[in-house]
This record gives sequence, C-alpha cells and structure tokens, in this order.
Amino acid sequence: MSTLHTVNKSPFERNALTSCTGHLLAGDAVLMIEDGVLGARTGSSAVAVVQAALESGSVYALAPDCAARGIKPDDLIEGVQLVDYAGFVDLVAQHQRTVAWL
Amino acid sequence: MQLAIVVNEGPYTHQASDTAYHFTKAALEKGHGITRVFFYHDGVNNGTRLTVPPQDDRNLQKLWSELGEKHGLDMVVCIAAAQRRGILDADEARRHGKDASNIAAGFRISGLGQLIEAGIEADRLVVFGD
Repeated sequence: MSTLHTVNKSPFERNALTSCTGHLLAGDAVLMIEDGVLGARTGSSAVAVVQAALESGSVYALAPDCAARGIKPDDLIEGVQLVDYAGFVDLVAQHQRTVAWL
Repeated sequence: MQLAIVVNEGPYTHQASDTAYHFTKAALEKGHGITRVFFYHDGVNNGTRLTVPPQDDRNLQKLWSELGEKHGLDMVVCIAAAQRRGILDADEARRHGKDASNIAAGFRISGLGQLIEAGIEADRLVVFGD
C-alpha cells in the first residue's frame, strides 16, 4: 500500500514538506505542487529534507508550477523528477491513496 | 479508474482551485471517470455565477461550469459552508427569505454525505486546498 503525498506550500513558509517526508514509507512518493515546488530547487536550506526523502521514496515536482516560478530543469535537486498534470494523474493512479499535506 | 476531487479553497485565494481544475481536466483527458467534485469550506466560492474577474484573468467559475457541462460532472457545493458564505440556489434563497440566488450552472447544493459517498465509491480521493 503506497501513498502519494502532495505538498503545496513553500518549505520556507510552512513545515509541510518536513512533516511529510518524516512519514514516508517504502514505495511512497512526494509530489511538490504550487509554491511547494520551491522545495525542489537546488542550493537552498531545504535540500537536505528532499535528499532524505529521495533515500526512502521518489520525489516529483509539477513542471508548469516550476516554470511559472522560474525554476528550470537544471535548477532541480538531483533525483527530483518533473511531471505535467497528466503525470500527476498517473501518480495518483499508481499509488493506493493520495494525502494532501495542507 | 474513478477519481473523486475535493476543493477546499476559493478561487483567486492561492492556486488550489486552479490546480484542481487542471488535474480534473487531465484526468478526464486520460479517460478516467470523475465520481464527484466536492466543494467544501471556502471552495464553495467557486460556485457563484456573480464573479466578474478582469477580462484578461481566468474565470474559474466559468471554467468549472464549462468542464462540468462538457463531461456531465457532478459538482456539489457543501450546504453548510455555502450558506455561511452566501452561496444559494433558488430553493435555499426562498427558504431563508433572501432576495436572490447565485449558484452557477453545473453546481448543486447538497450535504457532507455526498463527500463521504464519493470517498467510498471512488478508487482515489484527491484533496486540493490551502
């Protein structure tokens, strides 16, 4: 039973990303959307949290939300994968449940 | 696969209604079914037909109404959340002695049981909010 976790707030605004990654089980995935994609950028103080998440599961960022915020594919933390809305739908289908960390 | 969608945030607050709309559209394009879209808390504000955003901005209410009409979506507004925020259909307006109703095309007012039912019937429940 794997879970898709969605995070929609910046890690510099709320602690949703840290809380979420602390609850990951094997096979889980984290998808950063909206302002949450700010956590996907390399070089920030949130990198360690994302790298820890990458050790236990997959980490994705929503491409249109990255583009809207000027985050280019080259700016992403190594291992973070980009998906579009269709990819978001696939992730929901692939995991048994989706939890929104609001 | 059958998906149920919950929208907890109003239009133009942050981005949750936009994301929910694009997600629902993408799911339909991929051939998934949408059991129900349930608008809860401030999300009920997506369902007023009286919104008039600037012409160069997206009109989220209209986008939802059009998507609902095109795909025959069941778009439910929570009644308690709606009454608090002044979202009424003709029957509710009459019942409460109000001089107007404002629910948008494609939306209907119902209770929280509709959310529970959607959660039971759908394969996945996806929540968008603040």
